Amino acid sequence: MHQLYTAVFEPGFFGSAQVRTAATIGGIVAIVSAITGVFTVIRGQSFAGHALGDVSAAGGSGALLIGLSPVAGFVGLGIIGAGVMDLIGVRRLRGRDLATGVVLGAAIGLSALFLYLTSTTGATTGATQQVLFGSIFTTTSGTIPAVTILGAIALAALAVLGRPLLLATVNPDIAAARGVRVRLVAAGYMVALAVSVGLSSLAIGAILSTALLIGPAATALRLTKSVARALGLACVLGVLATWLGVLLAYDSYYWGSSHLGLPVSFFIVAVIFAAYLVSGLAVSRRAGIRAEPVPAVPAAGQDNVAA
Amino acid sequence: MTEQARDGGMPTAEILRVDGVSMSLSGRQILDEVSFAIRAGEFTGLIGPNGAGKTTLLRVILGLQRPSRGQVTVLGQPRSPRRQPVGYVPQKVLLDPDMPMRARDLVALGIDGSRYGLRLPSRQRDQAVREMLHAVDAERFAGARVGNLSGGEQQRVLIAQALISRPRLLLLDEPLANLDLRSGQEIISLLARIAREQQIAVLLSAHEMNPLLPVMDRVVYLAGGRAASGPAGEVVTTEVLSQLYGHHVEVLHVHGRVLVVAGPGGADDTALPATDALRAR
Repeated sequence: MHQLYTAVFEPGFFGSAQVRTAATIGGIVAIVSAITGVFTVIRGQSFAGHALGDVSAAGGSGALLIGLSPVAGFVGLGIIGAGVMDLIGVRRLRGRDLATGVVLGAAIGLSALFLYLTSTTGATTGATQQVLFGSIFTTTSGTIPAVTILGAIALAALAVLGRPLLLATVNPDIAAARGVRVRLVAAGYMVALAVSVGLSSLAIGAILSTALLIGPAATALRLTKSVARALGLACVLGVLATWLGVLLAYDSYYWGSSHLGLPVSFFIVAVIFAAYLVSGLAVSRRAGIRAEPVPAVPAAGQDNVAA
Repeated sequence: MTEQARDGGMPTAEILRVDGVSMSLSGRQILDEVSFAIRAGEFTGLIGPNGAGKTTLLRVILGLQRPSRGQVTVLGQPRSPRRQPVGYVPQKVLLDPDMPMRARDLVALGIDGSRYGLRLPSRQRDQAVREMLHAVDAERFAGARVGNLSGGEQQRVLIAQALISRPRLLLLDEPLANLDLRSGQEIISLLARIAREQQIAVLLSAHEMNPLLPVMDRVVYLAGGRAASGPAGEVVTTEVLSQLYGHHVEVLHVHGRVLVVAGPGGADDTALPATDALRAR
């Protein structure tokens, strides 16, 4: 028993301050990402979520360059990027991909510039790795309050906007006819998305933040049809994947004899990906249960002929 | 006809007034001085060929588009979506096949989808949703994802979603377009019954008026952006429609059905259905 325990939790796992900080920040970020992610998957805006990750990468690298707090950089520029995307057409379905693509390109360009400047000034080593692929083990416990407050703001915004947001997703005209301020609700959601993606960029890296945003949410929405249950399930999946990733990354230091710790972001994303694949298998085994659909008769022709 | 039978009733509250509404989009006149009014409990058909401006008129009434001239009054006040929520079933919304939302969740959004803040569980709400799904014969697929439903099934769910909010005014844009004839008849009689029972003013657009004739209290006939309104028997006549279309059309009654045909009424024209009559102009 004890042997199994020490095999799973390598020495010092629970005693490590780094692990505690990583588990705390990772847990908060996973919950915020999972809930934002469910709305993102329902709205079909995963691409916007990914683009905001790249925007926050530009923010994070800019913050490193001028010595600002990375949280402020990741989240701050993400919010600005969300505003720009909203302004130049993310509202219209057709304009969405264009606006997102344009902003994404600009953001990656900025990141390239900032990261180049950072590496040439030599102030920080491994800046590229840290910004793009995450740094949850190097994040100090001092950022926990900022992460908690920002995460709470994003969740509060989604709690307030939830129902009108879903109605506007089904059909913006129905929502508008019922008195929903569709534009404002969509913009509010974009800000919540930017905050959430900024936080997960901080934890697992800008490029991998999409995995934490979309993975648990998409898996949960495969496993349950109820939006409310999907929200809870996505949180559980996200937190479990993050903690398992932290554990595996910590343990990986003891694998083999080279004592190379593997990156935690890799493990988190790998667990999420595995869960998504397994959920696909589970759903395809259940498929084919639904009752036969009522055949939709093409209505155009026969009415007129009869008239 | 049925119109006369119903006209003797008590005068009821005016729900909607459309007053001299004109609309041009990129230089093209879509609506030209459209005026009519609808009272509570009335079932009104908005009839006209494709391209006559029906959808634009509905969007103006909803407040989604601003008219170039004229005014829309709902319950005695200028139209404002926030003050007077209106039930709406848009034209041919085919929901994304991946939309991960159950039919019953969508109907529940009809009750409180415009409210902000967290939703608490409510047995009363669940009960209301079940009853409404039963009323539109959609119980069978209450738990299915809306994106996976057929066009006709989605139509029923969207109608349930609109009705459950208990609006004073309900607008439906070509709701019969996705339905087979029998489902269409069922939906129409359901809407007519609910309009009368709950004193909702229903305005339903269609390019074909015959399925609506048995239940319609009034018709708003739209052609070339201009409108004539009143009981079907008074509006759908050779004189009124010829004036509306701006050229001679013939209204024929064949086996209890109404046929609008183009031209001087020659025998070879009668095969043209109403929609083609205008296009052939």
